[in-house]
Amino acid sequence: MSPQPLPVRCHVVTGKGGTGKTTVAAALALALAAEGHTVLLVECEGRQGIAQLFDTPPLPYEERRVAVTRNGGELRALAIDVEEALLEYLEMFYNLRRAGRALRKMGAVDFATTIAPGLRDVLITGKIKEAVTRRKDGRPVYDAVVVDAPPTGRITRFLNVTGEMAGLARSGPIKTQSDGVMAVLRSPQTAVHLVTLLEDMPVQETADAIAELTAVGLPVGSVVVNMATEPVLPSASLARAAEGRLTGADLAPGLTAAGLPGDGALADALAAEAVEHARRWAAQDALRTRVEALGRPTVELPLLTAPIDLGCLFELAGRLEDHLGAEVAA
Amino acid sequence: MSAAEETPGTPSRPARTARPATDRLAPPLDLAALVADPDTRIIVCCGSGGVGKTTTSAALALAAAEAGRRVVVLTIDPARRLAQSLGLVELDNEPRPVDVPGVPGELHAMMLDMKRTFDDIVVAHSTAERAEQILENPFYQTLSSSFAGTQEYMAMEKLGQLRAGDEWDLIVVDTPPSRSALDFLDAPNRMSRFLDGTMIRLLTAPARAGGRAGFKFASAGFMIFTRIISKILGGQLLRDISAFVAALDTMFGGFRERATATYELLRKPGTWFVVVATPEPDALREASYFVDRLSAEGMPLAGLVLNRTHPPASTTLSATRAEAAAEAVDDGDAVAALAAGVLRVHAERMTLATREQRLADRFTSAHPEVAIRTVPAAAGDVHDLDGLRTMGEALTGADDDTPTGVPRARVLPARRA
Repeated sequence: MSPQPLPVRCHVVTGKGGTGKTTVAAALALALAAEGHTVLLVECEGRQGIAQLFDTPPLPYEERRVAVTRNGGELRALAIDVEEALLEYLEMFYNLRRAGRALRKMGAVDFATTIAPGLRDVLITGKIKEAVTRRKDGRPVYDAVVVDAPPTGRITRFLNVTGEMAGLARSGPIKTQSDGVMAVLRSPQTAVHLVTLLEDMPVQETADAIAELTAVGLPVGSVVVNMATEPVLPSASLARAAEGRLTGADLAPGLTAAGLPGDGALADALAAEAVEHARRWAAQDALRTRVEALGRPTVELPLLTAPIDLGCLFELAGRLEDHLGAEVAA
Repeated sequence: MSAAEETPGTPSRPARTARPATDRLAPPLDLAALVADPDTRIIVCCGSGGVGKTTTSAALALAAAEAGRRVVVLTIDPARRLAQSLGLVELDNEPRPVDVPGVPGELHAMMLDMKRTFDDIVVAHSTAERAEQILENPFYQTLSSSFAGTQEYMAMEKLGQLRAGDEWDLIVVDTPPSRSALDFLDAPNRMSRFLDGTMIRLLTAPARAGGRAGFKFASAGFMIFTRIISKILGGQLLRDISAFVAALDTMFGGFRERATATYELLRKPGTWFVVVATPEPDALREASYFVDRLSAEGMPLAGLVLNRTHPPASTTLSATRAEAAAEAVDDGDAVAALAAGVLRVHAERMTLATREQRLADRFTSAHPEVAIRTVPAAAGDVHDLDGLRTMGEALTGADDDTPTGVPRARVLPARRA
């Protein structure tokens, strides 16, 4: 019995550096693989972040299984190597594999991808498109492909390959290739998700990226608020503390009851920390309103204090699964 | 395992274990003396992306101006609001004075325009006609605006220009936002290697030898290369590259010399590096690589700024005791709930600070000679002069001038024997 087909099959995950987009991409891939789907997680910046997350040796340019999920679901991962992708491309379209190897020795491949950074992006997105559209025995090999994409500052250029290559290649196979890639990326089976923190800069960059993506006709998916925290103070005291109206004297009776010195330096210090905590929380809440105003489906993932391991990824995946379920129902 | 053992930083084992009885202390970093010293001419702030290099650079420059010096801060990619507060509304690639009332020195700021800086080099190193050819070449336009490393190379070039003018007491440089702090040091070499490389030389060969005869120097592999490039990208690109390389030919020596000269400038007395990191494993790993690299290159390191730490307001109550007290008191009434909440806030804070201190200690075990200054996290982003001034005080204030008396080289007090 094959599982239900997924509505969106190409998930591109971006975010400002430091927002945890690799972790979110991995958790999203696990969420999609639940219920027996086969999912491919793609890394394109050669950082081997996926291998670190899943605690496996560095990934080669080859689709490797990194996790299994319930009901026979499977997650595979691929680290795209631009040189290998170019050689594969040369072989596929020109039957030039051996010549390609010789060129690589000369440093020509490195040269070509260096002088035309757009070429890099075409090769990577071309590989992603190939994985999304690959079929075997009449059905797609992958139910979904999740891309750990470049950061928000570069995402539109990365995905908008036809625009970027227009200056360099006006006709020929690269043009045809980029047109094919764009057709998949602009279709409703693709969604670009943005990972943010509740901090000024990441929220601003998320807003900018949504505007840029929309302008070139790329489909924006959800906003993922990562590393969200809960206030520790009782809600009744939160607003008062944020206004700075919480003092050591207010804490005295409670602290005395707890067997601690209720007067003096400790009470004042605790009050000061509580005020700072409440202010941080208020600032985050204001940003939460700004995220809502972006008008995209939003999901919050909690800050995990433990170092990220497979268990943590499954925990985050559970939250994303609920979010995806709600999205489909809506 | 007992609860006490689970809490990081709580010494709970007998002293017979391998753990040292006392912490190895990082030396304090005296940035106040560094920015005020007339012999300090260049400060380079580096570190991995997102650690607050730009704000650190701007805050240090402001502190230097407050110490009476004539300072320029070269920023690469400031956040919009910070740029506005420095008066950097337009990107004109020249230093502009920042209006800071009551400052004895002068603060100027500029934002790097990498394409314009590149254009200026081209113009300075060739005839007007040649320069025009190069500037209009589509391949040059790609190279100058999107070649990986152009930004770093141009930042260094601009630094060289600012220093050569000898107009400033102090130049503070923010480095480009790259994943690796090392990119800043590597990019100029990578760029000149690229412009001097085999492929470029093969491409120039026809031009140098004049016409088609030059192709006899080219290998069969190169012929395949040009064929493939034409096939995939179209012949136009190849023609653009050839024309660019031919026009650039006379400038090659110039490029290499400039890159070398600026690199040497970083080794000269009067230049200091300040490495910025947040108390996170990745950022500190990058900082560690960078420190090693500086020492290998013989470049002077002032120290490490550990940015966005969370020192608690009191260090007398441990996380474990605060948590236990919160549990004991929490019986549902409002007074107790408030006390429990506040105690839990403190427990979280102590746990976080303990983690940060442990990461800093790990860095110090690897680099015991590197001086450290911690800068507590502000409640929001630093985006105005007041924010920069507050940060400047945290960077340059006296080492032991904190509410808890914990020296500013640390987040938590050192363990004693």
